[in-house]
This record gives sequence, structure tokens and C-alpha cells, in this order.
Amino acid sequence: MEISWRDLLTVMHGMGFGALFMLAFSGAIGELYGAWSINPPAELDPRGQTMLRIYLVGMVFIAWLTVFSGAYIVYPWYRAIPPVGAVDLTGFPRSLLLSSPHTSAWHSVGMEWKENVAWIAPIVMTMVAYVYWKYGRSINRHPDMRRTVLAFTAAAFLATGVAGAFGVFLNKYAPVRGGGTIQLIRGE
Amino acid sequence: MATTNAASSTKDLPNGEGMAAILAAGIGCAALGAFDFLGDAVKGIGEFFNFYNPTGTLSGVTDTAIVVWLAAWYVLAKRWGGRDVAVGRVSLLAFALLAAGFLLTFPPFMDLLQGK
Repeated sequence: MEISWRDLLTVMHGMGFGALFMLAFSGAIGELYGAWSINPPAELDPRGQTMLRIYLVGMVFIAWLTVFSGAYIVYPWYRAIPPVGAVDLTGFPRSLLLSSPHTSAWHSVGMEWKENVAWIAPIVMTMVAYVYWKYGRSINRHPDMRRTVLAFTAAAFLATGVAGAFGVFLNKYAPVRGGGTIQLIRGE
Repeated sequence: MATTNAASSTKDLPNGEGMAAILAAGIGCAALGAFDFLGDAVKGIGEFFNFYNPTGTLSGVTDTAIVVWLAAWYVLAKRWGGRDVAVGRVSLLAFALLAAGFLLTFPPFMDLLQGK
């Protein structure tokens, strides 16, 4: 069982950070809605509030890690330019996708949207974490602001979903490969 | 008891700082979309945004959007800190900016605006 260095870092970007961030949304939306509902079924004790603050800050950290690792580690490999006359484009995912009309839109729509829209998520979640940190349950005195923050959280989830879904498909049609090989398990 | 104290200490917190953060997030998202669109539509701007060659235009678009977002947050927090602002109007503006961010990063919409 082997994996290339670039494969490993791409998996860390997509599954280690990106998928973890996306999974965390279910907890964040549920907890924020519960904590900020006007008639909460149960009071959040100070420890619960602290835990939610830490949870949201953790999400923010993972979100920034996801976009920066994508833009500055994986994306340069994706958009590498092949040498003139190259026939085998497997090491050049962008060029590979653009070489066929059957796959070119995965780049021109999929990657072009994903690489930018993904950044909405960390910007928005930083705001959400800040507002919760600042106001906690007292935001219930500002119901319109509470609703706006929850709607922005849903928008961040949408942006993450777009980026994540296109990331998965792009990696199916033109995976980022190459670099040194890491042997995980020796086969029989 | 601790919950009561915490609640009372934040009871009269005005909405200004929260709304500043919300509107700044909207501004950051719109800036991201606007820079992406401009970098795509105007070759010279695209080259300007090429801060880090391996990442290309994306590096400048996102870095500059982050700077705009943080600067807007700082200015708005200074102006609105410690007072209440009109939540409805500011929220509406923030949503419009957020929507602009989504739309302007969507390649078919960018092509439509450029008449491609």
C-alpha cells in the first residue's frame, strides 16, 4: 500500500481539513440554533458556552487551514504547466481536464468556482465565532441579528459544500499525483 | 449563579459590534467576488493579482479580499462600537454583498457579465 506525497497532502487538504470542517457544520448549526433559541429547552451552563466557543474557534482554524493548504500547496500542483509537446498529462491535472471537451468544464466551471467560493466559508465563520464569543446567549435580545448570523452560517455551509463537491469530482477526473512515494504497508 | 452573572454582564450589549462584524463579512465576500471578476475580465488586473506565481491570480484575489474584509471590520467596529444600529438595513446590505460574492465567483455569471 503506497501513496504519493502529493496524494497524501491532497487527502489532508480535502478529507483531513475540508471534510472535517464540513462535518463540524452540523454540530455548529444545531448548537447555535439551540443556544440562541428564544425558549431554549435547556440552559447552556458556562461550561457548555465555553465548549461551544472553543468548538467554533476550532472550526475557524480548520477553515483557514483548508483554504490556505488548498491555495498554496495543492493548487500549484494542479495548475502546473506541462512541457511543450507533452503527451502524457496525468501529472498536470488542469491541462488534462482542458485537453478534452468532455472534461474541460470541470476546470472552467468547477475549479474556477471552487477555488474562490471556498474562501467565503472562513470569512463568514470567523464572523460567526466572533459574534458568539462576544454576545453568547445575550444575542437573544437582538433576534434579527441572531437570524442574520444563522443565515450566514448556512451560506458558509453552502460555500463549503460547493467547494467540497467539486473537489471530490475534480480529484476523480484529474487527481493530483506525483512526488515521492510513501509505503504504508508492504503487500504479500 | 455564574450563568446569571454572565447574562447580566452582557445584557445591555449594543448590536453595533456584532453588526460591524456581519457587514464586514459581507464586504469581504463581495470584495472576493469583485476581485475575482476583475482579475478574469481585465488582463492587467489579473497580472497585478499574481502575488505568488505558483498560485497565480488566486493569491492576490484572496489576499486582497482578506485585507479589505479586515480593514472594513476595523473601521465599522470603530464607528459602531458601543451603540445600536439599524439591524434590518445593515442585514439586508450584508446579504446583498454575500450574494454578490457568490454570484461574482460563479464562472457562468462572470461570462454573462463579460458578454462571452
